Amino acid sequence: MTTSLPQIGLADLAPLLPFLVLCGGGLLLVLIDALVRGRPGFPWAPITALLPIGALVAYAARWDHMTGVTKTFGPMYIEDAFGGAVGVLVCIATLLAVGLSGSYLDKVGRSRGEYYALLTFSASGVVLFVSTTELLSLFLGLELLSIPVYVLSGYLRKDPKSLEAGMKYFLLGAFSSAVFLFGGALIYVASGTTNLVAALQKVPGDPLAQLGFIVLLSGFLFKAATVPFHMWTPDVYQGAPTAVTAFMATAVKAAAFGALARVLFAGTSVGQLIPVSDMLWWIAVLTMTVGNLAALTQSNVKRMLAYSSIAHAGYLLIGLVVYSGTGDPDALSGVLYYLLAYTLMNIGAFGVVIAWGEKGREHLEIPDFAGLGWKSPALGLAMLVFMVSLAGIPPTAGFFGKYFIFRNAVQNGYTGLIIIAVLNSAMSVYYYLRVLVALYMQKPVREINLGRPQVVGLVVAVCAVLVFWVGFAPNSFLPGVPAIVDWVQGAEIVGR
Amino acid sequence: MDSLLSIIVFLPIVVGLLMLLVPKEQFAVFRWGSFLAMLATFFLSLPLLNGFVTSDQMQFVTKLPWIPEFGIDYHVGIDGISLFLVLLTNLLGPLVVLSTFSAVQDKVKQFYVLLLVLQTGMLGAFVSLDLFLFYFFWEVMLIPMYLLIGVWGGQRRIYAAVKFFIYTIVGSLLMLVAILYLYNNGPVDPATGKHTFNVLVLLGANLSAAQQSWLFLAFALAFAIKVPLWPLHTWLPDAHVEAPTAGSVVLAGVLLKMGTYGLIRFAIPLFPDAAVQWQMPILILSVIGIVYGALVAMVQTDVKKLVAYSSVSHLGYCVLGLFSFNLLGASGSVYQMLGHGLSTGALFLLVGVIYERRHTREISAFGGLAQTVPFFTFAFVFTTLSSVGLPGLNGFVGEFLVLLGAFGENRVLGIIAASGVVLGAVYMLWLVRRFLFGPLVHEENKNLPDLNGREWLVLAPIFILMVYMGVQPKPFLSRMEPSLQKAYSRVEQVRARAALEEELPGLFEASSPANAPASSPAGDSSETGEEARTAPAPGEGAEVDTGFDPLSLRMDDQRGQDVDPTDGVFEGVAR
Repeated sequence: MTTSLPQIGLADLAPLLPFLVLCGGGLLLVLIDALVRGRPGFPWAPITALLPIGALVAYAARWDHMTGVTKTFGPMYIEDAFGGAVGVLVCIATLLAVGLSGSYLDKVGRSRGEYYALLTFSASGVVLFVSTTELLSLFLGLELLSIPVYVLSGYLRKDPKSLEAGMKYFLLGAFSSAVFLFGGALIYVASGTTNLVAALQKVPGDPLAQLGFIVLLSGFLFKAATVPFHMWTPDVYQGAPTAVTAFMATAVKAAAFGALARVLFAGTSVGQLIPVSDMLWWIAVLTMTVGNLAALTQSNVKRMLAYSSIAHAGYLLIGLVVYSGTGDPDALSGVLYYLLAYTLMNIGAFGVVIAWGEKGREHLEIPDFAGLGWKSPALGLAMLVFMVSLAGIPPTAGFFGKYFIFRNAVQNGYTGLIIIAVLNSAMSVYYYLRVLVALYMQKPVREINLGRPQVVGLVVAVCAVLVFWVGFAPNSFLPGVPAIVDWVQGAEIVGR
Repeated sequence: MDSLLSIIVFLPIVVGLLMLLVPKEQFAVFRWGSFLAMLATFFLSLPLLNGFVTSDQMQFVTKLPWIPEFGIDYHVGIDGISLFLVLLTNLLGPLVVLSTFSAVQDKVKQFYVLLLVLQTGMLGAFVSLDLFLFYFFWEVMLIPMYLLIGVWGGQRRIYAAVKFFIYTIVGSLLMLVAILYLYNNGPVDPATGKHTFNVLVLLGANLSAAQQSWLFLAFALAFAIKVPLWPLHTWLPDAHVEAPTAGSVVLAGVLLKMGTYGLIRFAIPLFPDAAVQWQMPILILSVIGIVYGALVAMVQTDVKKLVAYSSVSHLGYCVLGLFSFNLLGASGSVYQMLGHGLSTGALFLLVGVIYERRHTREISAFGGLAQTVPFFTFAFVFTTLSSVGLPGLNGFVGEFLVLLGAFGENRVLGIIAASGVVLGAVYMLWLVRRFLFGPLVHEENKNLPDLNGREWLVLAPIFILMVYMGVQPKPFLSRMEPSLQKAYSRVEQVRARAALEEELPGLFEASSPANAPASSPAGDSSETGEEARTAPAPGEGAEVDTGFDPLSLRMDDQRGQDVDPTDGVFEGVAR
């Protein structure tokens, strides 16, 4: 079948602006790296920070266009409010992660340009991933966001744990990409199109398409680290450089949930094809329960946060269960708000871990934190805020995130699911409290010398203030969040 | 004066946050700063008492939009119930700070900051008229208390702190689900046309019996854990024993009242059908708690643990009174909350005094103290007598009213509960005997210093109030009465209706039961009176031949008054 190629002009590139800033910026970083290779002390982090900021500016410039739906490159890329919201979130997460990376790489002594280039490429992949319903660009986005993260996970190549993490993530990730592709192929075979929206409209009830969609779904759920596709998470989160873990736990998770939400929306028709809401119901219950149960016994803080991120994926899935079951756009707003809250508190928590690490030796066991709340009061207080927020206790963003999702689910009649969720939430309090117990109630076991103020301190402070700010006044003090929420609610989410 | 209540609530936390800026070596600043802040809060709350007009209306109301999209307001106000709890909180505040001047030497700054944050949390929870705001303050209290126990506590402080936290949060999270459900299924605010968390509006919620039942259970669980009602009490002895003195005083004096307050402010008025339905199980649990707490208190070897179990017993009375569903029991219960706050607060303060001197709380380590520290002995005996309910002191009034109320509702339970009074006297007086009297066997006790001026200053206001509340309950009871009537008006309707239905089966077939409570939005009392007045006629006739015997009639018989039954329950006590 031959079709005439669409005419592509410069104007068609405009919706891609944020993506181009990140992707092009990444290329530029590779170039700069080649030029300054080996020069110690090159300010990689500040330069890289310009890219997510630039992308944010690009989003701001395209703000007005996003209230509608613009497609570019045929149906390959969709510019709309939802993609914009997730994109902005990912840029914020990337910016904060770059802040962490600077201090972290100084401590491990491996500050290199390619690290930052990879981080930026991955962020650009996220932007692409959440802005399309075309199987081809979905796959492109998936690979663009994943492959750099595989490399980054194994970035500390003299550390066997990091190597293991990279290898494990790569193998499993490659497998899941293959599965994803297989699902896409099945859908294509069944429907004759690579556009999910069109495909779903063409083949209601086709068993091949049903199988294809379930397989495709598992690809998303792998990236989102939900049960039963979560096995890689603890090892990879623990082994990867801490700053990369922070990025993975936030930006990559946002990508998975953003893209999944869009695909679910692509059909109200998905619900007709397979009972997706019921499937997600079970996966949500399993995910939060397994995550919380496993987190209870962890003594390594990164591993604990890994399981906690699985549990949080479960809470996030509640929003998607409601959304795919009822189509209530409020459910998506809840997911977006939760992702923002989760990003802030999680990056903050990893930031404190990095700040308390020593040069050449990270202290990752919870007992290593004994007494640090008194030795380093500011960071201790911040950690208190993050833990309380992760546990979902007011007046923090974590509480309001849960509140919005739970409220919406109860409103739509999912009270049973929410009772399971709050019991899980109560269980999670125990392991977050363990960190606080160590911080404030045990005798210090090590001296801590924070030295000069680091960028990571600033990141932590920003996160802590925002966790409170977003939490205490979810609308009146933070104009951005309700604006996004309104914006998403007002706009048509996916172009057909 | 509209903002007076808000000033009272937020003054402590503002001072606390300002103190964060002071260098941590400035102990005097923290001690005196928090003392003065608490004292100022107390004096600021006196105008509340003065300006309070005895009626069933909320007063000193402030209502500002907080998250208008979700119907969440900053909405505070007090009625006759919360007025006294706020006053109690504010009275204990400065005294607690004063009691810690010498006891807390470690991490002084953080200690006082947390105490001030806790104070704001408690005051906020007592005055919230928005369910969301209430939940907010309710949870905010948790963290300071957790840290107070966990950081400044005794040997097993971490275990106790975590247990306290987990117990409380399990209950409160289920309550959160219930709050959300109520919000989504409750009436819309006529002012905004949106769903609302406004308690006054939600009182008109039109819920089926099954819905009410589940919601009531979720609320009651959260509050029963906090009270604590047997068998959910096990966190309390641990928390009390391990907490520092100030923590124990606040815990016993105020935090536990949060549970009983929640029952009377939210659980009972919001879900009257369910409250009636679950009345008997809760009454039985509270009676078990009374007896069990007393029996277990008897065998304790640690003074603090003994007082902790006595709290389980005393709070059992509070719940018993609340669920007797008559004014005697309810007002006795609130009175007992106040009385228990004073007497158990004072007991913990006194235990703290002796612990500071001897660093042990084992009863066997003492004995014969009367010979060396007469003033301490006097204070301890005085407090003990207040706690066991000696007539003329505060404890008596509350217990007596609760037992009267319980008796009116269910004679058997009333009798069993009354045995708790005897057991209470046994364990407390036995404690006094072992602790203060007898031979002075331990060398260390021979040179104990007696109460000093500061310690007297802490105890004196409590003692004066104990006597005042013992001889002059009327000013308290008369202010509570209209609010209590209002709180129970829907329960009364349900009961009157049930009584009628028993008499004339099929009378209400046409209308579903759920419509009954909803017909009186926000518990409008005049309407309540109207409806209730229709009840007695068949009821009175029935007493003779069918054995139908509503509580109200019985209560009237006892008082020998010929009063309209359902109204009569709510009259007379304070007169």
